[in-house]
Amino acid sequence: MIKAVLVMNTQGKPRLSKFYEFQPVEKQQEAIRNVFSVLCSRPEHVSNFVDAESFFGPDSRLVYKHFATLYFVFIFDSSENELAILDLIQVMTLIGVIGYQLVSVLSVLEAVNFWLKTVFVETLDKCFRNVCELDIVFNYSKMHTILDEIILGGQVLETSSTEVMKAIDEISKCALFPIWFLTCRLEASSNAINLVPKSVSGWRSR
Amino acid sequence: MDEESPTKVGLNTEKAQEWSPLVSWRSFVRGSAKLVLNLSGIESVREAEAEAEAEAGVAMAGSSIMENLFQRTLEDLIKGMRLQLIGESTFISKATEEIRREIKSTDHHTKSTALQKLAYLSAVHGVDMSWACFHVVEVMSSPRFAHKRIGYHAASQSFHQDTPVLLLITNQLRKDLSSANHFEVSLALECLSRIATPDLARDLTPELFNLLSTARVFVRKKAIAVVLRLFDNYPDAVRVCFKRLVENLESSDPQLVIAVIGVFCELAAKDPRSYLPLAPEFYRILVDSKNNWVLIKVLKVFAKLAPLEPRLGKRIVEPVCDNMRRSGAKSLVFECVRTVLTCLSGYESAVKLAVEKVKELVVDQDPNLRYLGLHALSVAVPEHLWAVLENKEAVIKSLSDEDSNIKIESLRLLMAMVSESHVVDISRVLLNYALKSDPEFCNEILGSILTTCGRNVYEIVDDFDWYVSLLGEMATIPNCQKGEEIETQLVDIGMRVRDARMQLVQVGRDLLIDPALLGNVHLHRILCAAAWVAGEYVEVAANPFELMDALLQPRTNLLPPSIRAVYINAAFKILIFCLDCYLLQNEGSTSLDSGNLAGGQSELFCVKDDTEAAELATREGSNYEQDVGFNPKNTAESSEDHSAENDIDRVASHDQTLAHPTLLAKKKFMHESIVNLLNRIELIFGPLIANQNVDVLERAQNMLSLVQLIKEEIIDNSFQNVDKKDTRVSAIIKLMRDAFTMELGPVSTSAQGRVAVPDGLVLKENLGDLQAICGDVELPSSSSLSTGGPHLATTSDASSNLLKNEESGTLNESTSLIEHRKRHGLYYLPSEKSEIVTDEYPPANDPKSNSNINDEASELVKLTEQSFLPKKRTNQTKPRPVVVKLDDGDVAPISVKRPESRDDSLSGAIKDVLLGSETGPSMSQSNPSDKSSRKQKEKKKPNTNVQSEMKENVVDAEKPDSENPNSSSKNHGHTRDRRHRGKEKIVEGEEHDQRGKKKSGHRHGRRKTHQRAKSPLNVVSQTPVIPDFLL
Repeated sequence: MIKAVLVMNTQGKPRLSKFYEFQPVEKQQEAIRNVFSVLCSRPEHVSNFVDAESFFGPDSRLVYKHFATLYFVFIFDSSENELAILDLIQVMTLIGVIGYQLVSVLSVLEAVNFWLKTVFVETLDKCFRNVCELDIVFNYSKMHTILDEIILGGQVLETSSTEVMKAIDEISKCALFPIWFLTCRLEASSNAINLVPKSVSGWRSR
Repeated sequence: MDEESPTKVGLNTEKAQEWSPLVSWRSFVRGSAKLVLNLSGIESVREAEAEAEAEAGVAMAGSSIMENLFQRTLEDLIKGMRLQLIGESTFISKATEEIRREIKSTDHHTKSTALQKLAYLSAVHGVDMSWACFHVVEVMSSPRFAHKRIGYHAASQSFHQDTPVLLLITNQLRKDLSSANHFEVSLALECLSRIATPDLARDLTPELFNLLSTARVFVRKKAIAVVLRLFDNYPDAVRVCFKRLVENLESSDPQLVIAVIGVFCELAAKDPRSYLPLAPEFYRILVDSKNNWVLIKVLKVFAKLAPLEPRLGKRIVEPVCDNMRRSGAKSLVFECVRTVLTCLSGYESAVKLAVEKVKELVVDQDPNLRYLGLHALSVAVPEHLWAVLENKEAVIKSLSDEDSNIKIESLRLLMAMVSESHVVDISRVLLNYALKSDPEFCNEILGSILTTCGRNVYEIVDDFDWYVSLLGEMATIPNCQKGEEIETQLVDIGMRVRDARMQLVQVGRDLLIDPALLGNVHLHRILCAAAWVAGEYVEVAANPFELMDALLQPRTNLLPPSIRAVYINAAFKILIFCLDCYLLQNEGSTSLDSGNLAGGQSELFCVKDDTEAAELATREGSNYEQDVGFNPKNTAESSEDHSAENDIDRVASHDQTLAHPTLLAKKKFMHESIVNLLNRIELIFGPLIANQNVDVLERAQNMLSLVQLIKEEIIDNSFQNVDKKDTRVSAIIKLMRDAFTMELGPVSTSAQGRVAVPDGLVLKENLGDLQAICGDVELPSSSSLSTGGPHLATTSDASSNLLKNEESGTLNESTSLIEHRKRHGLYYLPSEKSEIVTDEYPPANDPKSNSNINDEASELVKLTEQSFLPKKRTNQTKPRPVVVKLDDGDVAPISVKRPESRDDSLSGAIKDVLLGSETGPSMSQSNPSDKSSRKQKEKKKPNTNVQSEMKENVVDAEKPDSENPNSSSKNHGHTRDRRHRGKEKIVEGEEHDQRGKKKSGHRHGRRKTHQRAKSPLNVVSQTPVIPDFLL
């Protein structure tokens, strides 16, 4: 079971935090601080595991991934596989960072083997190095929606990024058009609609 | 973009705000909003109203539209935060204030936006949002999906078991769970997965039951995941939902399978036995599924089930190996490896394959894989040590990896490989590593050496002299923070291993005499142990005077009082010993032929002191002159000096008559040095009678009174004839000496339990308040050791060792002492004008900085190359010394843990359901023999009361239970232990043996009760008879 998902930047500022067991706010903040103090002391190119038993009690493991200026941290117990969680982080960041425009590309990639996908993520990560954190900062609700699609109550429900993207897409439309789920015809006409406005200029030019 | 939505005119303003400075944005926006509204010319009624209001200049605070217009969205909030015009905390408090105002609005949009901001601040910046729980409920019940989503998000983030409004949302959840919009259903499910309470779970079970078979996969998979939380909170839901859950296991939709296998993985982790009947389903998934995630989860389930059912292992080993061979995904391969090593370790071919895979992992480029490879090896240690030995090269190389995880893991493995034959070499190399590595890892290394060597009462240590000096070396490593562990082991070895005492005292002396160590806080505990050892085993010391010097050095005032007290007590013991020897020797010299048992000892002492006493005397003589100068009792002591001279003359004449030149020459110095000693003690301990600490104060006072008493006598003696000397002093000394020579032994941890509680003494069950009382009282742990105890007579072998070593020892020590004095002149009351004394001492042990770690690694590889060869213990020159072991006390009693009652009720419910569903098509044929038991179950079905179960089980437990792995393994361990002990010629007194027998009988009884306590679980396993699913 996954106990918590944290995203924080390299200065220790939390960008997203989700605990799957209730924790008082102070404890959450303390946990974030503790995790950061460990993560920031780790050099690059070392393993992505940290001993988390001192912060989160017995039988807890911590896996993190460092993308550009962000740490993605998953805390879970012995019923998850460490490497699988690492892959999951990659899927999540992939969706969060790149957005849904790439769904079609991804669906092709689903067919390609795992190895290729990892390489692709790494490449994209390099491309998006500078926008990564801002994307997450401003897409706070969207990140939560993505996370909720992947993990529910500490259980991983979806490991395919294509499926997650489809769901996210539909949910965002549903938020805009309450009757969207009934009238899918609108889909064609609303493809310009994004959940989060890209920029002011984009809006004004319209 | 939201512009289509009618209420979103507010967006205009938020854009306007982007170019307005933060401080006065509101007033500005008002104008621009009007402008924009005019420009865009939208003709909606609400906007017209807003315009009218703005024009009238009565922007009413209460108006929902105005609020809506001027409200900051979440994005604005984030932007404002990033601008950081005012400090972050002020910004947050301002924003919170704003939210508090906005959230009271009657407009849904304003309210939900405010709540969204609050949720953001709470999750990211730790702002309290418990006050808003009622607003959360309101927003949750909003008809619009966008608002509802915000409400549900906030609820799942902030609600918990004790939230008061939880009662209000049951109906809302029920409505949303049965909504036609599957996104709304999924919102409700997500929320429920977080906040489910027993009440909510009970009330919503019917809805979830419906959702478990809905055609909409999107909702169904979420419902499946929520079922886990449902079972946790409301075990009776199992009766309703379990069957549908199992049906989902057979689904062909991969999304559903991921969800349901995840749920079973969690359930099986808590109580694997109940899910054994489902093994055929899991097996089918293992064979059929191509999804890595599902395979990993199903392997996790089997890892829990396989140890319970031997037939299962046979069946799954083939598919697991298959997956291991063909899969390209490392995560799956690793999971297979882990499964094989943990629960299929009996299948040799599988283990071989797994170890091969591990070999690939440990040399991989990716540090993650290297780490996990080592981790997998450590899993294999107990059963397949050969797997580690095969990979030893990689393991040792990892010791110098830059990643601390990998280093620690490889260290653990290395320590697992250590055995008697090469513990010396490995420890040596590791210690060198420790010197060069960072403090954290250094202590990690030290800690693992200590635990490995101390394991099972120093099982793997053959040469205690080596081990004791290793401990001494560890203490001098600059980064050492393992003071407490080293302290314990030093004292423990002292009490358990008689033959190691001489070396122990030697090491203790080296530690005590180095003033540099006194400044290191982490070493104080070690010094405490060293002082205790020096005092307790002074009779094997090469030179008690030197020990005394060390204990009396002025820098001891750096020590905390508790340790200072140990120092004083040690000094006391040494003084008693010296005086005793002195007196005996005098006796001996007068009546040499009456060589009683004490004579032997004193003679020993004389010989050993022979050489260095001379040096001592001359040096101390010069010091002494100054001593007197400082001493208030100047006059009294000058006469003493005089007397010493007299004494020398007298003894010298005596000498010639007796024709024992060496012995008497030394005795002469003895006298002088004793007098000297007494003076120094007086000088050093004089100030301590004003000490704040009672322990120090009292002991110093005792010491001083004794010294005063004795000094008179000894000075008297020097004038009188020695024959008259058996006065009260010698009586006192003898008495004390006898008291101190009682040997202290290790105390069993269960010793207290054997003491019967006296009649009439009422012991409180719970001693919690005792702790509260004693909480702030510092336990004088060290001093409790030194309060004298039982007896010790110098054993013959100890003394023979003493004889052997003394000649080589003395020379060494005295030179080092001289050097020491040269270095730290301040203590020895400088003969010349002292240089400025700095408080800075050179570090105790400078790490070699130039050596290369990689060289070290290759060296270690080479070393282990030889030593890991299964070499026979070569004929040892020295047999392993005797280690005192207690029969039982070395291991703390294992407390029997009862499974939680909730799990019981859950597993009981699942058992019932499974037995019921066995008739269903999903199950293979059931064993006819279990009908009776099923009936039994059915009788019990209405109440899942744990107690009734237990009663029944006690009866069952009377049957011999051969399957109980616990009891059998315990038995085994016990017998092995016995054999082991026999081999190692453990000293056990007769009473020990007797008690051992009694104990074992007692223990047998305890094991029975243990079984009984455990039995409910076993019976649970036996009653639902596992169908022969695999045949």
